[in-house]
Amino acid sequence: MKKVYANATEALDGLLHDGMFISAGGFGLCGIPELLIDAIVDSGVKDLTIASNNCGVDGFGLGKLLDTKQIRKMISSYVGENAEFMRQYLSGELELEFNPQGTLAERMRAGGSGIAGFYTKTGVGTVIAEGKDVKVFDGEEYILERGIVADLAIVKAWKADDTGNLVFRKTARNFNPPAAMSGKICVVEVEEIVERGSLDPDNIHLPGIYVHRIIQGEHEKRIEKVTTRKREEV
Amino acid sequence: MAEEMKGWDRDQMAARAAEELEDGMYVNLGIGIPTLVANYVGDKDITLQSENGMLGMGPFPYEGEEDPDLINAGKQTITELARTSYFDSATSFGMIRGGKIAAAILGAMEVAENGDLANWMIPGKLVKGMGGAMDLVAGVKRVIVVMDHTNKAGESKILTECTLPLTGKGVVDRIITNLGVLDVVPGGLKIVELAEGVTEDELREATRATIVD
Repeated sequence: MKKVYANATEALDGLLHDGMFISAGGFGLCGIPELLIDAIVDSGVKDLTIASNNCGVDGFGLGKLLDTKQIRKMISSYVGENAEFMRQYLSGELELEFNPQGTLAERMRAGGSGIAGFYTKTGVGTVIAEGKDVKVFDGEEYILERGIVADLAIVKAWKADDTGNLVFRKTARNFNPPAAMSGKICVVEVEEIVERGSLDPDNIHLPGIYVHRIIQGEHEKRIEKVTTRKREEV
Repeated sequence: MAEEMKGWDRDQMAARAAEELEDGMYVNLGIGIPTLVANYVGDKDITLQSENGMLGMGPFPYEGEEDPDLINAGKQTITELARTSYFDSATSFGMIRGGKIAAAILGAMEVAENGDLANWMIPGKLVKGMGGAMDLVAGVKRVIVVMDHTNKAGESKILTECTLPLTGKGVVDRIITNLGVLDVVPGGLKIVELAEGVTEDELREATRATIVD
């Protein structure tokens, strides 16, 4: 079992093809797989469908793949931070499927768990319900949402061991575990690969069974909205 | 500001909304005026949820102590508390959809007298997405809207029927505006409270929806 690769390009070797479907972890710019995104930009692979809560910002994160026009379709809950996204969307170059945030997360978790679909109250009576199967349970309406199974999941974690057991840090966990689960193949980038046995087995956030390839690297970890309080407000 | 808003200002609305919260509640606060509610919970033991994956959200960090791995659902840097827990987004929306969150306080573009809520898109304008709003209003036990009573053109944001695409159908329980507090009840809206200096006639006049006694 060799999961550790030297860098993002090597870790993605043989996994990329035009028209593929990728699930990506991250919320805003927090916990995004920056190194893998850069390597996908360099690969030139195109016509991508990407399921990710957001699409980065102009020039960073998934925004880089917009600049190079490698994305054909996004499945997201919120894309308001990106002018190039709006330009491509409004000009018809880019397809967009809005999913409520929790529906998107659950679609990924379900897809990775062998659940083809699930019924949810989210979106009942809204445009999200259009064309979807509606079923009444205990007197309340629910709509059918499909599980997501992606060709590839790209994920960012804090630490991994060489078997792929993952630990995330604070709110950088976000969509990363469900995204990882939804991929037929999952490639993870971490800040540190630690020695086998040094992670507490009781505190593994995602077991290595979901992880196929791992790289370690330096992350920029850009902050989208720095917000602080003054010292005298204590 | 062309015309000064009548009644409560933003902070007074937030303070009034904070009165809705009770000891021990797990609460989700939306962006805008709802965020200010955290400043008015006083001694009440409230746990704030941030839907990107955190319970026990603390205040903004001091300058220089920002952590890129620690943000709220509005993507602002925040801090953790002694009670804080972190989890993934699927778990986070599981607790939202599963009715474990006692209350959500949200902003709105329009609210209808039957509790319909519109707060995510205006057709023809730039569409940013619903984020977690549809999940929140579908799953959270009590949905409280805090907003200005009228829009910039002076028109009522409380209507017989929403004109904008819905975030949720029949989901709102209570509306707090600069003019007062209204509850969604069978047949329409019921006035619960008037803001200081606002008369019942003024509130009725500013509201384009059925008000029942």
